[in-house]
Amino acid sequence: MDSSEAVYNALKKSGIDFVVSLPCVNLGKIMKMVDSDQDIVHVPVTREEEGFGICAGAFIGGKSPAMLMQNSGLGNSVNVLASLFELYKLPVMIIMSHRGTEGEFMSAQIPMGKATPKVLDALEIPYFNPKTPDDALNIIPKAWQIAKTKGTPVGILLDIKFW
Amino acid sequence: MERIEAIQKISSELTNELVICNIGFPSRELFHVKDSSTHFYMLGSMGLASSIGLGLAISTSKKVIVFDGDGSVLMNLGSLVTIFNQNPKNLILIVLDNECYGSTGSQCTYASTVDLGKVAKAIGFKTIFFFKNNTEMNLEEVLKSEGPIFVHFKVKKGNANVPVIPMEPVEIRDRFVDEIKNQE
Repeated sequence: MDSSEAVYNALKKSGIDFVVSLPCVNLGKIMKMVDSDQDIVHVPVTREEEGFGICAGAFIGGKSPAMLMQNSGLGNSVNVLASLFELYKLPVMIIMSHRGTEGEFMSAQIPMGKATPKVLDALEIPYFNPKTPDDALNIIPKAWQIAKTKGTPVGILLDIKFW
Repeated sequence: MERIEAIQKISSELTNELVICNIGFPSRELFHVKDSSTHFYMLGSMGLASSIGLGLAISTSKKVIVFDGDGSVLMNLGSLVTIFNQNPKNLILIVLDNECYGSTGSQCTYASTVDLGKVAKAIGFKTIFFFKNNTEMNLEEVLKSEGPIFVHFKVKKGNANVPVIPMEPVEIRDRFVDEIKNQE
C-alpha cells in the first residue's frame, strides 16, 4: 500500500462520499482514484473557498464531505472556515498536501508552509500529521469521528516526506 | 422596484423548495416577509451562497433556490463556472442585482457596466431569465424549466428597515437539516 492508496482507503473507511478537489502534484493519484469511484461524488472547483461552500451544502444535504487541496488553499479559505463552518458547527475533512516542509524544492512554498499550522491553530481546527501510510489509515477515520462529533473541520497535513 | 418586493413575490410562490439566502439584508428581508424551515439564512461567508446551493443541489433531489446578489456573484465568479460544469438540474440561482453592495452602504459594483446575464450566457448557462419587475416575473415558468437556471433580476438600490434575524446559527442549521430529512 503506497501513501496515496492509504489516504484513499482511509477516506473510504471514514465513509467520505463527497470530495471537492483542487490539484497538487502530490494529490494526483488520489484524485484519479476518487474520480473513478462510483460511490464518491467528485467536484473539481476553481478555488478553495468556493470548495468549502460546496462542502457545507453537501453536508447539509446529508453527505460526508472532504476537501483535497494543497496547504496554500488554506490561506484562501480562512473566512469560510470561521464564518460558515465554525459559526454553524459543520464538519469537513481537509486533506492537505503540506508543501514547504522538509525536502521542499520550491522556495515560494516555504512561507505558507510555515504559516499553515499557525493558521489552523488560530482557527482552532484540530489537525493531524500522519508520517506513514499506516499512520494515515489509522488517523484519518479517527479525525473524521472528531469532526462529526464536535461539528468542526479537521485537518490532515501530509508533509513532503509522507509521499 | 425594491429588492424586498422581489423577495416577497418569489417567496410567496414557493412551497417546499429549499432556499439558500445571501448574507446581510437579503436574509433579513426574507426572514421578515416569510420565515420557513425551508430557508437557510447565510449569516457569514460572504460570496458563497451559490456554492452552498450547488453542494446542496448535488446532494439532494429537491429543488434548490439561491437568492444571491451582484456583489456576491462578482466575489465568487468561479462558482458560475463550477455550476455550469456540474450541471445540476434542480438548481435555480436568482441574482437580485441592485448594482451595489447593499449591506455595506450601497457602494457601486461593476454590475452597472458588466451584464451578469451575459457573463452567465458566455459561461454556458442555457436557461437565463431577465426580469425588472414583479409583473413580468413568471416564477411558474422558472420552476418548471430544467436547471441550472440563472435568473437575473434588476432591483433598486436600498434595504428595507428590517431587524436582524433572532435565530442562532445552529438553530437555523438544525431546522433546515430536519426539513430536508422530513421531505425525504
